[in-house]
Amino acid sequence: MRSVLLEVKDLYMYFSTRKGPVKAVDEISFKINRGETLALIGESGCGKSSLAKAITRLLPRNIDAYKGHVYLKGEDLMELDENEFGKLVRWVKISMVTQAALNSLNPVIKVGQQVAEPLTIHNGVDKESALKKAKEVLSLVGIPETFAERYPFELSGGMRQRAIIAMALVTNPDLIILDEPTSSLDVLTQANIMNLLKKIKKELDLSFILITHDIALSSELADKVAVMYAGQIVELGDAETFYKSPLHPYSTKLMASVPTLRTDKKLEFIPGFPPTLIDPPRGCRFAPRCSHRFEKCSEDPLVVNLGNDRYVKCWLYEGKGVE
Amino acid sequence: MNADVLLSVIGLQKWFELRKGIFGRAGYVKAVDEVGFELKRGEAVSLVGESGSGKTTLGKTILRLYKPTSGKILFDGKDITNLDPKDLMWYRRETGLVQQDPFGALPPFMTIQRIIEELLIIHKIKGSLGSVERVHKALEEVRLTPVEDVVNKYPHMLSGGQQQRVVIARAILLNPKLIIADEPVSMLDASVRIEILTLLKELQEKHDLSVIYITHDLSTTRYFSEWIYIMYAGKIVEKAKTRELLRNSLHPYTKVLLNTIPDPDSENRFRLRDIPPGEPPSLVNPPKGCRFHPRCVYIKEGLCNEEEPPEIEAEKDHFVRCWLYA
Repeated sequence: MRSVLLEVKDLYMYFSTRKGPVKAVDEISFKINRGETLALIGESGCGKSSLAKAITRLLPRNIDAYKGHVYLKGEDLMELDENEFGKLVRWVKISMVTQAALNSLNPVIKVGQQVAEPLTIHNGVDKESALKKAKEVLSLVGIPETFAERYPFELSGGMRQRAIIAMALVTNPDLIILDEPTSSLDVLTQANIMNLLKKIKKELDLSFILITHDIALSSELADKVAVMYAGQIVELGDAETFYKSPLHPYSTKLMASVPTLRTDKKLEFIPGFPPTLIDPPRGCRFAPRCSHRFEKCSEDPLVVNLGNDRYVKCWLYEGKGVE
Repeated sequence: MNADVLLSVIGLQKWFELRKGIFGRAGYVKAVDEVGFELKRGEAVSLVGESGSGKTTLGKTILRLYKPTSGKILFDGKDITNLDPKDLMWYRRETGLVQQDPFGALPPFMTIQRIIEELLIIHKIKGSLGSVERVHKALEEVRLTPVEDVVNKYPHMLSGGQQQRVVIARAILLNPKLIIADEPVSMLDASVRIEILTLLKELQEKHDLSVIYITHDLSTTRYFSEWIYIMYAGKIVEKAKTRELLRNSLHPYTKVLLNTIPDPDSENRFRLRDIPPGEPPSLVNPPKGCRFHPRCVYIKEGLCNEEEPPEIEAEKDHFVRCWLYA
């Protein structure tokens, strides 16, 4: 049995706006074991990226509520103050590859220096040994060491994305959060980056949280899948059972909307829009769009534990849990 | 000439000139090079390629937003290759464009009513229906209902999917015969994508439209088009009926492309995908011979790197530019 690396328990993050708090992360709980990848899937605006920010404590200024527990190797990170968190956790134990990563390199600083930067800032390593380590990591991600002396514009899109992954790896973190890591890349480059991530995952026994709205892509890396809807996780399960038989009505609709290349199926889409997170529907948040809704759905569904790490937040599964 | 054919593209080239200094000519970007195909009335084809393969340039050249360098474009039997903008007004009415980024395609300071109405003003159209009714009808067709709520809104007040519906409503307003949809769903969410593609398909069938669907995403093509054209470095390298192409791809590049696209399956995480080394070539100085040869595993030395492969009909209705099938 693998040890638990990250446990998130009842995490909340609300933003305040003039119209009221936006419930971007609303009572989220999950666990990730060492070496395991959790794919977090859902439509845009469902709170996936906010959850990543809540875990790395990159809070916006208009924060309204931020509470819950984030345990990394048993230690509650919420107990740390901001200074300690920056020194001990952010980019040291948990690093991130963000969306639109192609623009996140500084155009006037050499690639090697940028990859080395987290080491000098967070780990207090001197510049020379940081650069040496940066070159090692660059060659690990398939960039020749000599490229450390180049500027970002001299690298292709795929190369730049590799450099960003190198930057996330350089401090030897336990967990890397990948937020839509390939969304602006071409299909072949995307497959190349996924190959690289698979290799890293295997060689370094790293854990990833992969945030994406592309379900087919999520299956390239996921060991576990969490489906998010309107700020909440509505289904959580291991990849083998999830892709074959999703349970929550939202998950099944989502899977039915994925075009497949190799099999025939009728594509479906989900009618209506995701709710606003300022005033989400009472009870089950998916109920207004759900074809299975019944009276009970006006109450907030409980999370049902179906055993084997499978959880679903839906009244259809009431009484079918193992507890 | 076959009366079923709406559009014929013959040996079309679009080269962009690169300048050096004031007078010097540094060369050309050969964005579209010797492309030819025929599109029937009411038929949908997908034009698939990576970014930089020239698919958008091809689309824009067909719409005569660019002037072709050489070659011919015949629309409804008429040669439109070298017409002046003034003589192209009728062609603009017969064609429509659906852009990739709906928000960028809609002027932010105009209401939806005004945006769509503008076409009627530009083309000086006064029909039996008033312009308000015509706009309402178009919006109903793309199911932006209730229309009364939508017409007075500004683009930013709509969701991405709704904005794209407005763009489609504008494209079909003048009852065109040909629609070019350039990555119409790549900026949208996964489930909204299917909604928009389903809508486009319905409109295509209802109005007997010909559609060129430009995309980098092969997985959506099978639901949308009858033919697939694969583009690589400015050339169409393979043409076949959708099912045939997906089942029996011939060109090594198409094979690579198909192999990189995952279907949801938990086994994927244990598999590395075969990807050829290198990157697509520069279009300024494309490789001699077949443009894919530097990355190809089936290369025949002395042939592939020397002579350009012609378009070969390897099987019935299945065309490929590759020496393997000569």
